[in-house]
Amino acid sequence: MTEMEDAIKVNNLVTHYGDRVILKSISFAVPRGQTTVILGGSGCGKSTLLKHLIGLLRPTSGQILINNGNIAAMNEGELDEIRKKMGVLFQGAALLNSMTLADNVALPLREHTKLEDSTIQIMVRMKLDLVGLSGFEHFFPSQLSGGMKKRAGLARAMALDPEFLFFDEPSAGLDPVTAAGLDKLILKLRDVFKMTIVVVTHELPSVFMIADYVIMLDLGDVVFAGTLDELRISEHPRVRMFLERRPETEVYSPEDYFRFIAGD
Amino acid sequence: MRSIAEIFFGALGRKALGSLKGLHDTSRLINTTFYWTVVSPLRGKPVRLRASVSEVVKTGYNSIPIVSVIAFFVGIILALQAAYQLKKLGALIYVASLVGVSITRELGPILTAIIVAGRSGSAFAAEIGSMKAAEEVDALISMGINPVRFLVVPKLLAMMLMLPALTIIADGVGLFGGFFLSVTLLGIHPSNYIQQTASSLMHKDVFTGLVKAWAFGVAITIVGAYQGFKVEGGAEEVGSRTTSSVVISIFMVIVFDLFFTVLFYFLT
Repeated sequence: MTEMEDAIKVNNLVTHYGDRVILKSISFAVPRGQTTVILGGSGCGKSTLLKHLIGLLRPTSGQILINNGNIAAMNEGELDEIRKKMGVLFQGAALLNSMTLADNVALPLREHTKLEDSTIQIMVRMKLDLVGLSGFEHFFPSQLSGGMKKRAGLARAMALDPEFLFFDEPSAGLDPVTAAGLDKLILKLRDVFKMTIVVVTHELPSVFMIADYVIMLDLGDVVFAGTLDELRISEHPRVRMFLERRPETEVYSPEDYFRFIAGD
Repeated sequence: MRSIAEIFFGALGRKALGSLKGLHDTSRLINTTFYWTVVSPLRGKPVRLRASVSEVVKTGYNSIPIVSVIAFFVGIILALQAAYQLKKLGALIYVASLVGVSITRELGPILTAIIVAGRSGSAFAAEIGSMKAAEEVDALISMGINPVRFLVVPKLLAMMLMLPALTIIADGVGLFGGFFLSVTLLGIHPSNYIQQTASSLMHKDVFTGLVKAWAFGVAITIVGAYQGFKVEGGAEEVGSRTTSSVVISIFMVIVFDLFFTVLFYFLT
């Protein structure tokens, strides 16, 4: 792994939500041209981390280096330049409901390029075909199923042929077959377009299918970073709990529980 | 145990900090909105013309029927109320002056603004709010598209254009309402009524009304957009923000009206 170049580097990232610490000084690197999965239970800060990586949130302190530029210190104009190299698939796909699929996919092209509309139409059809949605150009997002919306969201994220693709819980709310289809699509994108892909998820089957490199967060800390094989043999107790689907052990003694429900 | 003074000043301070943050966020939104409306087109990043036209249709054109009907009724009501008093003095012809001046200076702009605040201000808050809740605003940012430029600027342009335009319609129809009642029920001769209106109505009456309307349009847009962008949670918050957008924008319309009325009273 060491010979791989790092596409994204995070150094000592600290973030707060109000007064609550979400990420406690975490550091890690994302290798270029591979699929990195950020794994962790609910509330571990992985969605917050993703919002930092795509520049939606500003950290309290620390650096986020993307192609060696620190996005935590950039102004909006510089950030927008970086954002053109990123595609993001949000949890609910986040398609603009007032526009057709074709217009949704065309939106980044219309905003950031000076291409002729006929060229844009061809590119839109190519992107929709890539995700298996050809023929749905004139549908509105509300007329599509959850899985189709996600694929359309992916087509939009791919519109500008980005270097980086980010996925927020791609399989959330999808049936296993559709989720597996999306995983296959992610693999295809990595192999064909050599993109650097970052996936935030807690779905284990999906992790074992798509991941080259895994970062596991727990309570705002990185507890594991390594390849999939290293993950399988990791002895870290939190990693084992996660992989073996063991529930949290009882935290209350009966006395504590009584005190808790009595309210003092 | 905290002392009463501590509790009092604590509450006061929290309230003040909260409103200061609101003020700060509002001025930032105004700043960004006018940057993307005025400055960035000069730097070669044009406004979204097609979206602006569609907003013109939604906020302006579609409001014409309701604005006309209400202005017509208010013209009639105003003429009747004026006649009720003026008849006693035998000065019925002054109904024309009163209707003309109050509609153009005051009621035309404010009625239009209140209708548009209810129709479009609420729609802005609901649209932007539900987009915020569905991560669509985040998606725009992540595509490098400024949400203020994309969502607010077309609405602002439409409102700056259409509120004065609707006000002109409301003025015209309101005047006609007063005229209609006066020549039928009050028995004033049409040509007398028109002559009286023309002699008492000055250009500046209409003009000050239009300046007000323009300002109301800006206020309604900013309030609606601000409330929309403030949505963090889900559907329930979209509802409550929509409600406050209407309440606050009507309040702001009245405040601006007071300001401009005082200003024009002393200026002219």
